[in-house]
Amino acid sequence: MSALATSATDVAWTTEEMRVAGSLLRVRKGGAGDPVLVLHHEIGSPERLPFYDALARRFTVYVPSHPGYDGSERPGWMRNVRDVAVTYQALIAALNLSKVSVIGLGFGGWIAAEMATMAPRGLHRVVLVGAMGIKPAQGDILDEALVSYIDYVRAGFEKQEIFDQVFGAEPPTPLLEQWDLNREMTFRIAWKPYMYNPTLPHLLGGVKSPSLVVWGRRDRIVPLECGEAYARALPQSRLAVIEGAGHFIDMEQPEALAKLVIEFAAQP
Amino acid sequence: MHLMYFSEQPMSAYPADEGKEFGATALMFSNKFFNPVEGSRLYNEYLEHYRLAEEVGFDGIMLNEHHNAPFCMQAKCNVFASILAAMTKRVKLVLLGNPLPLADNPVRLAEELSMIDMISKGRLVSGFVRGGGQEQLAAGVNPAYNRERFEEAHELIVRAWTQTGPFRFEGTHYQHRVVNPWAVPLQKPHPRIWIPGVLSKETIIWAARQRYPYIALSTAIDATKKIWELYDSVAAEAGYTAGPENRGYLQRCHVADTEEKAMANARQFMWMQGEFTGLAHPVWSTPSGYFSPSYRKAFVEFAVGRGANPRAATFEDQIRNQQIIAGTPKTVIPKLRRLLEETRPSIVGFWASDGFVSNEDSKKCIRMLGLEVLPAVREIGKELGLLSPFEANAPVSIAHSTPPAPAMA
Repeated sequence: MSALATSATDVAWTTEEMRVAGSLLRVRKGGAGDPVLVLHHEIGSPERLPFYDALARRFTVYVPSHPGYDGSERPGWMRNVRDVAVTYQALIAALNLSKVSVIGLGFGGWIAAEMATMAPRGLHRVVLVGAMGIKPAQGDILDEALVSYIDYVRAGFEKQEIFDQVFGAEPPTPLLEQWDLNREMTFRIAWKPYMYNPTLPHLLGGVKSPSLVVWGRRDRIVPLECGEAYARALPQSRLAVIEGAGHFIDMEQPEALAKLVIEFAAQP
Repeated sequence: MHLMYFSEQPMSAYPADEGKEFGATALMFSNKFFNPVEGSRLYNEYLEHYRLAEEVGFDGIMLNEHHNAPFCMQAKCNVFASILAAMTKRVKLVLLGNPLPLADNPVRLAEELSMIDMISKGRLVSGFVRGGGQEQLAAGVNPAYNRERFEEAHELIVRAWTQTGPFRFEGTHYQHRVVNPWAVPLQKPHPRIWIPGVLSKETIIWAARQRYPYIALSTAIDATKKIWELYDSVAAEAGYTAGPENRGYLQRCHVADTEEKAMANARQFMWMQGEFTGLAHPVWSTPSGYFSPSYRKAFVEFAVGRGANPRAATFEDQIRNQQIIAGTPKTVIPKLRRLLEETRPSIVGFWASDGFVSNEDSKKCIRMLGLEVLPAVREIGKELGLLSPFEANAPVSIAHSTPPAPAMA
C-alpha cells in the first residue's frame, strides 16, 4: 500500500455532471492514484460504500451513475447495453484517462465486458463481479420482473442483516421509487433477451486486457456457471470464487473484494 | 343509445382453493388447473348467450381480451369477433379491445379486423387498449414501451386501413418494408374506435384528443364524473364539444325474478377473491414502466405490501354506490336512470353475470334485460337526449370532420 494511502473515512468524494456522447452523466469521484471505473449494479448504488472507499485508498475511483439510473438523466433513445458501454468508452476519452481499469458489479459487469470487446487493448485490467451478460446453459438469471423490489435485492444477499444495514430493514418509499425507475431503465435496454447478449461470448475472445472474474459461491441472481463461462471465453482470465458470498459481494464482503481487486488491478 | 351485452367469459370451472393457496390467480397460476373439457363447455355456453343477446334486442356485443387468468377465458377477442361476424346479423361487434402493445405485427391485426368488418357487413367497432400489466409479462412484451407501442401500433393500423398501399413504415417499434394488406375495412373512413379504461388519466386525454369515445369501466359515479370533466376539457382544447356520443360506461347489472336471487347472483361479481381481475399480484400487475408516473409512489408501496391496492372496494360498497346493480327490473331501472342522469353516457355495456352464475340464470338475466330493462333505458335515453355515435352520426375521429359514409352492405 502506498505511503500516501488515506483511511476510508478520509476519502473526499466529489460529484460532477458530464455530458458524454448524448447522455448527461452524474459521476462520483474520490481517491488518488491510477484511475478505475466502477460500474454499479442494475439496482443503482448508494451514494457511498465501504467498497468504493477501500478502492479509493489506492486508486482514483470514478463511480458514474449509468444513463437513466440514479442521478443520471434518462436518454429516451438508448436501446441496449452496448449503448451504455459506448457511452462509458466516451467518458474515458472525455476524462482523458489512460491505464484505466474497469470493475463491473453485476449488471455493471456486463457493461464492462462489452466495453472490453470494444477496446481490446484499451483497458488496463477488467474485473467482472457476478456479471450478467452471458446466458446460463443450465440455470436462469433471476427475473426481476416477477419479484418485488425488496425481494429482488434481498435475493442478492446471503446475510440479510447486511441488507438491513445498507438499505434499512424497511427501505423508505423514495428508495423504492428509485429502484422502480432503475428497473424501468433496465427494461428499456435489457428486456429481451433478459440480462444477456447472445453474441457476447463469441466476441470476448478478442479481449487482450487481463481479466479477473469474481463470483459468490451462493449467487442466487446470476448462476456461478456464468462466471465459469466468462473465464472460459476471456483469454488471460481467472475465476475467483468467494465462499459464502451471494450476488452483492461488494456490499457483503467489501474488504475481501477490495483486496482481490486492488492486488489484481495494481499490477503494472 | 347503444346498449351492449358483456361477459368477462369467466373460467368458472377452476379450483378456487388452489388459487387462494397460490396467492395469485393470474400470470403464474398454473394452467394445469385449466380443464379444456370445461373450457369447451363454457365457450359454447357463452356463444349461446351472445346469440340470445342479439335475439332479445341488445344493440351490440362487447368483447374483451385477457391472458393467463381464470377471470377471463377470452385470450383473443378477434376469435370471438370472427365467430360472431358470421353468427349474428344485426348487433355491433364491439371489441374493447385489442391490446395493441401485445402485437408484434400491427399490420396483421389490421388485416384481421378488416376481415371481421367485411364478413359482418360493416358491424365492427374496433376498440384498442394498452393491455393490463400482467398481459405484458404473459406476452413477453416490454412494459417500459407500452404507451409508445400503443400509439405507434394505432397509427400503423389506421394507416393500413386508410392509406393506399403499398407503403413503407419505419417506426420506432415497428418497421414494415411493405404495408399493402389485401383486406381493407368495409366501413369508411374506417371502423369506429372506442377506448375503454379505468384509472389512467393519460388514456382519457389521448382518447379525447383523438375524438374517440371513452368507455369508463365500472368506475364509481363520482370518479366517472371526473373522467368526463377531464375528457370534456381536453375536447374543448382540441376544438370540439364533447357530448354523450363520446361517453360510454360498463355497468355490472344482474337482473332476476326476485331481489334475493339477483343479489345472490350479483355476489359472483366478486368471485375472483374480491377483485374483478382476481388476486392481483402486486408485482406482476404493475411492471416497471407500465403505470403512469403520477401513480408511481402508490404502486411501489403496493408492490412491497405497504398501503392498500388503490382499486379495491367491498361488495356492499359497490352495491351502495351502484358500481354493481342487482335486483328485479323494477329496482334496477331507477338506478340506471340515476347513472344516465348523473353521467350522461350514450353507450352502456351491461355486464350481466360472472363467476358461478348458472347457465339458466345467465340466460334468464339476458332475457329480462332485453325484454324489460333495455326498453326502459332507451326511453330514458330519449328523454335525456343521449344519442349514440351512430345516431348522432359522429365523426369517426378528430381527423375526419365530416360524418362517415354509411356501410355499403
